[in-house]
Amino acid sequence: MKIGVITFPGTLDDVDAARAARAVGAEAVSLWHADDDLRGVDAVVVPGGFSYGDYLRAGAIARFAPVMQSVVDAARGGMPVLGICNGFQILCEAGLLPGVMLRNVGLHFVCKDQWLRVENTETAWTTRFDTGADILIPVKNIDGRYTASAETVRELEAEGRVVFRYVDGNPNGSINDIAGICSANRRVVGLMPHPEHAIDALTGPSDDGLGVFYSVLDATRSLVTA
Amino acid sequence: MTEIDTVEKAATDPERPQPYAELGLKDDEYAHIREILGRRPTEAELAMYSVMWSEHCSYKSSKVHWKHWKANTTPEMQAKMLAGVGENAGVVDIGDGWAVSFKVESHNHPSYVEPYQGAATGVGGIVRDIIAMGARPLAVMDPLRFGAADHPDTKRVLPGVVAGIGGYGNCLGLPNIGGEVVFDPSYQGNPLVNAMCIGAMRTEDLHVAKASGVGNKVILFGARTGLDGIGGVSVLASETFSDDEDAASRKKLPSVQVGDPFTEKVLIECCMELFAQRLVVGIQDLGGAGLSCATSELASAGDGGMHVELDKVPLRAGGMTPAEILSSESQERMCAVVRPEDVEAFMAVCKKWDVLATEIGEVTDTGRLVITWHGETVVDVPPRTVAHEGPEYHRPIARPADQDELQADDPANLPRPSTPEELRETLLQLISSPNLASKEWVTSQYDRYVRGNTVLAQPSDGGMIRIDEETGRGVAASTDCNGRYVKLDPYVGTQLALAEAYRNVATTGATPLAVTNCLNFGSPEDPGVMWQFEQAVKGLAEGCRELGIPVTGGNVSFYNQTGSTAILPTPVVGVLGVIDDVRRRIPTGIGAEAGETLILLGETRDEFGGSEWAHVVHGHLGGRPPQVDLAREKLLAEILVAGSRDGLLSAAHDLSEGGLAQALVETVLIGQTGARIILDEDQDPFVQLFSESAGRVLVAVPRTEELRFTEMCTARGLPWRRTGVVDPESGELEIQDVATFPLEELRQAWEGTLPALFD
Repeated sequence: MKIGVITFPGTLDDVDAARAARAVGAEAVSLWHADDDLRGVDAVVVPGGFSYGDYLRAGAIARFAPVMQSVVDAARGGMPVLGICNGFQILCEAGLLPGVMLRNVGLHFVCKDQWLRVENTETAWTTRFDTGADILIPVKNIDGRYTASAETVRELEAEGRVVFRYVDGNPNGSINDIAGICSANRRVVGLMPHPEHAIDALTGPSDDGLGVFYSVLDATRSLVTA
Repeated sequence: MTEIDTVEKAATDPERPQPYAELGLKDDEYAHIREILGRRPTEAELAMYSVMWSEHCSYKSSKVHWKHWKANTTPEMQAKMLAGVGENAGVVDIGDGWAVSFKVESHNHPSYVEPYQGAATGVGGIVRDIIAMGARPLAVMDPLRFGAADHPDTKRVLPGVVAGIGGYGNCLGLPNIGGEVVFDPSYQGNPLVNAMCIGAMRTEDLHVAKASGVGNKVILFGARTGLDGIGGVSVLASETFSDDEDAASRKKLPSVQVGDPFTEKVLIECCMELFAQRLVVGIQDLGGAGLSCATSELASAGDGGMHVELDKVPLRAGGMTPAEILSSESQERMCAVVRPEDVEAFMAVCKKWDVLATEIGEVTDTGRLVITWHGETVVDVPPRTVAHEGPEYHRPIARPADQDELQADDPANLPRPSTPEELRETLLQLISSPNLASKEWVTSQYDRYVRGNTVLAQPSDGGMIRIDEETGRGVAASTDCNGRYVKLDPYVGTQLALAEAYRNVATTGATPLAVTNCLNFGSPEDPGVMWQFEQAVKGLAEGCRELGIPVTGGNVSFYNQTGSTAILPTPVVGVLGVIDDVRRRIPTGIGAEAGETLILLGETRDEFGGSEWAHVVHGHLGGRPPQVDLAREKLLAEILVAGSRDGLLSAAHDLSEGGLAQALVETVLIGQTGARIILDEDQDPFVQLFSESAGRVLVAVPRTEELRFTEMCTARGLPWRRTGVVDPESGELEIQDVATFPLEELRQAWEGTLPALFD
């Protein structure tokens, strides 16, 4: 089982995503932004950071990176893809997920331990959770306010594509307290909080984030056996 | 085209008037430069000498006091140091083949002028100092000081500084694990923005800034060089360019540099790859004084000479003169010395990261730093005279006339609360005062998680990061200073700063190892300030000797004053400690285990000089600071480290400003667990709750380990007192016979202050 972790110039949480992949027994494979080769990985994580400095708009430039063309193609073919924070923004810019992230409601960067409710446990990245489970995961961003057209939000809600929702307070003003969503085929998930920073209570608020990475092991296994 | 001043011209018109005074050089300093060169300096040389001989770069007023570091460093202390005072940053051996580099620097004045960029580039500069040692930067901390919290200008400065530190540091991917936020009216026109960075490397990867190996190439890489941050040298520009149409717009460029954290992040990764491939012989960051500093320091530490072709430097503005290029403080630049056969590989790594890299010169054996501009020589100097042999002043020193009066103004005469109601009110008033209130409004704007190795961060006493994921080896760090204590007694006050930083590190379970500092003072031309400075340096140096931990470097920031009023003397002390396995760190919050006893280690005396209580309740500053007993601090640290090693402690929190009351409130709120406290019947409750006696730590001990722990304290001669129990069910802090506080009431008082002031 190989999980690819993309590094763009300005990516910050790639070492963390790779550590989380290793923590569940997967092999972490480093993918370089300028290289369109996915190196035979079974799933891809687009990690957090400030790709290319995010001076234009978060994720706006990264979507044009050669590696992203390959990720978009692979995702359309069913490969599990996880976008965390800046990675979520990039997946939205790349058209794999709907919507966009605006500046936080308080206009500040916010770093805190945040409760999330797992609303959909049928995505490639959430099968190991119980539906309705509350998990404690760090959130840290300045452009984290998820928004989309009223129609898109209605559609996401109706199709059960809101995967994670903020509970006990909304840190950034996201519409409907949305913290993470998935694609129509449930293979692509994007979220603002950082499950890769919650894999060990020593260095994070909990180890609740491990469930995300364990889940994808099942998702790729089922793909192989199918 | 503007005429460029060259060495050749300098010989032909030796008496041309030069604006040296505007550049900050004194008559005798200018005369000395002429003596060194045997002629007048060129404009470019004058620019170099003026920036390198400035107080900021040359330490001309403080250098004579550095003898105290040396005199107080024993061979045992020296043994742990791989690089010390004078290098870009101190480096210590932490064991298992790991070396850790750490340093604090000030960016005070720029942060007042332009809070966001001033603070941001302060972070950028200290991070490059750590890279220049060959280390990967791993964490930052920011000791900050502002004017009165409710002053309108503080609302301009603080949010900008915090956003700048966050905006730059978060984008670099470095966790922010601690620091300080202190308010005092003396910092109103002069906030202190200090930044500390910690980095690690394998011991064999240590790099030093030197240009050795004749024929090796000098490569400038990173951002282009622009007109930002030129500061005083713009005097030259305006002189030279008086007829130039650019002159007006040129003068409007900010003297505060503008940071680009993305470029710095890429530069970090690029440097790490260059180090890993062993492509670097010597490396230096470009910070204050830019290329003037980098070239002269590299050359003087190497084989003695360097030739630089300045016209090759990539610029971001047209028509820059050699003097401007040499003094530009454009950010995110590094200078490396590379073997000729490695240049191609070096360039390939830079290309991979899209980092601009340009060969600008080579190492020579001439003993001269020669800089040419389109073939003409604009600088020809002995590099040591620029970098290291600047002026050295023995500034007059005099104990201020009012020092006795200040110390005689004893807070014992101030009215004290005595009834339970008064004590209750005092506690709530203190915990909600700006200096004691929760700093979460600030720290939640910093990423503390990135890189996944943060084990402790604010509001813990010290920050802690894991260095080695396999063994769990890590380091802890803390920075501290109470400027009021230092004002009352600079020698003792500085030792108290050292003691607190040392204690904070030990409170995490780490063993204190080494010291850095950032000495923020008023004008060195004021004999009273120089007395404070001398006392502080002596206090710190002698204190470090007593504790057996070396000073590995530091930074001096003078001229922190508004008019003739200096800031509180603020020698910020940073202590670094090592822990062989971060899994045995001691957390700050109680309630991790069922059934814990709270034990107060150390002795509480009636000590309120410079205290937060005197400041908040009475606006009073006078008397003597608390006593300092470094032998006791050492014993206390040994007990804490032993307690951590043997698993006897489930939480620990240092007592400092605000005393026991503050420590209790933080302990219960961080642990989200109630507690019941029983004060000593034989001592005034007010003194027990609010005294700021040093050398004290509140620990939580599992019931099963209580006897073992207290017997160890008794056997080693450390006073201890059972102070209470953790009570998870109660949801309140009960101080028996004084008052009971629901946790929610405490939380609102503690957490409400900063948001109310700054949101």
